[in-house]
Amino acid sequence: MGWSIIRVWTVAVYLFMFLPVAVVVLLSFNDNQFGSFPITGFSFRWFIELWQNDAILRAFKTSIVLGALTALISTILGVLASLALVRYKIPGRNLISTLLIAPILVPEVVLAVALLLFLNFLSFHKSFLLLLLGHVIFTLPFVVLVVQARLVSIRRDYEEAAMSLGANPVQAFFQITLPLLAPAVFAGMLFAFTISFDDITGTLFWKPGGIETVPTQIFSMLRNSISPEINALGSIMIILTVGLPLIGVGIARRIAMKQH
Amino acid sequence: MSSVSLRNIVKRFADFTAVHPMFLDIPEGSFVTLLGPSGCGKTTTLRMIAGLLDPTEGEISIGEQLVNNIPMHKRNLGIVFQNYALFPHKTIHDNVAFGLKYRNVSDAEVKRRVEDVLELVQLPDVGSRYPNQLSGGQQQRIALARAIVIKPDVLLLDEPLSALDANLRENMRIELKRIQEKTGITTVFVTHDQSEALAMSDKLVVMSEGRIEQVGAPKDVYDNPESSFVADFLGTSNIIDVNCESADKSGVCVDAKHLGSVCLPREKARNASAGLAAKLVIRAEKLYLVAADTPSDLRSSVEGVVETVDYQGQAVRYFVRVGDLQLQALNMIDNQPFNEGDTVSLRFRPQDCVALKGEG
Repeated sequence: MGWSIIRVWTVAVYLFMFLPVAVVVLLSFNDNQFGSFPITGFSFRWFIELWQNDAILRAFKTSIVLGALTALISTILGVLASLALVRYKIPGRNLISTLLIAPILVPEVVLAVALLLFLNFLSFHKSFLLLLLGHVIFTLPFVVLVVQARLVSIRRDYEEAAMSLGANPVQAFFQITLPLLAPAVFAGMLFAFTISFDDITGTLFWKPGGIETVPTQIFSMLRNSISPEINALGSIMIILTVGLPLIGVGIARRIAMKQH
Repeated sequence: MSSVSLRNIVKRFADFTAVHPMFLDIPEGSFVTLLGPSGCGKTTTLRMIAGLLDPTEGEISIGEQLVNNIPMHKRNLGIVFQNYALFPHKTIHDNVAFGLKYRNVSDAEVKRRVEDVLELVQLPDVGSRYPNQLSGGQQQRIALARAIVIKPDVLLLDEPLSALDANLRENMRIELKRIQEKTGITTVFVTHDQSEALAMSDKLVVMSEGRIEQVGAPKDVYDNPESSFVADFLGTSNIIDVNCESADKSGVCVDAKHLGSVCLPREKARNASAGLAAKLVIRAEKLYLVAADTPSDLRSSVEGVVETVDYQGQAVRYFVRVGDLQLQALNMIDNQPFNEGDTVSLRFRPQDCVALKGEG
């Protein structure tokens, strides 16, 4: 009796969470010109219209470039920060660690306004660079968390063994530590990309005029009307933001399995 | 191959001194063991020789060269770690060949040397496997192969056998000694296991609390401990507080209360002086239990009562009460072991004992 209630409840929770997403995907293939029920037929027309919509394509390109650059910079900084925090006894290690993680804890709006005001104070203008900087600050903690956790579990013996055999510290890092760290580096990079790709709050504050990312583009399209194109765009974003991490985890697990 | 010498080495961590001023010479081609309980500074010493730690004071030389300022990767050492530290993402071949990459060795030469060393450790066919596909003992051999294939000046072994189970450990001990003798590499071995240390070393260095207690050939150190720490740490000893009655060039006599007066040859009591307190060391295996009515022989004899019998198969350890002393005796089982409560005669040869200077 008790268990069946829990079961029903669980199913209800999952329905509540995923039904809207399923509806978006379903409606993106609907022939109906208002982008809502009833379903009048199966069609790819919204995807084709999406493909022909220059504004969306431009936003898509911006998001991809922004996400990729964010992932690259965040990962490099994150790996270096993790190495410093885990492998070296630097003074104030705990404080630095906390500060690096802090952007997750601070409400994004506050972070967004703060960065904007700070750069205004320094009389920098809004630019793509500022947007990128914001995204790096916001994604860095995730990379640091993932990479640090992995690095702690890689024993120093390996590096020491490599150095005893003649590798200098840099060679030991690239030959031994980095390959062992690869799954975490990869996961961190994907995290950074998807978080950046998804972000709207910070992006709204930081983006210079005339530049739109996919989320801000959807947002501005929604202000006029609910176009069925948005359903199609939603489907593509779901595939990207769900699919990429899944593939990433799969590859990371593959690498890890070979090692242990 | 090279000798190693430590001159006045000190290692301090913040306000804790791990190694007190220490002098040690490790001759070329020898097998030297640093033995001591955990926290005695043996691993710290090894890590300083390796270049993983910098000594706070003092000089470390390998061969003729002072190495204090030479980073680890330029010291040409072979190190075998406690957990082997085989690179999990590289095949056995790549693991073994790793050090050769940094040594300008031609591909053909790499192939030949890797094959030779795998042959030497008796694992010729595992080159294409990964470390996790090997057993603990096999990983141990590969770790050793990886360390010696680079022809190191010195081989450093940090408790390499401690992760193996008992039977395998004894086999690996013999194997390790065979390989060391065959290659003739100067070897520094760190362990807390006295049987490994006694069996393998040319020279034994017993350490305690960051200081060297005694250095010598294993048999010398075992037979003639110079401190009660060494007597107690190596083997099982009865250490009894005694008074030194007389001491001259020929010998020393001590008053051992219940055991009576015991006279030792002078070389067994180098530091005892007449009239002062001393400690008498009797090895448990040199104390023989015989039935109370056995006719007396040349050995000293005293009566006691068996309190505890610790049966070990081929041998038996007795705890025997003699007055207010409890003595341990480790005897092979000849016929029938004694039982608890038996009254027995305890016998020992005075020349098997050692008298140490009393402390305090």
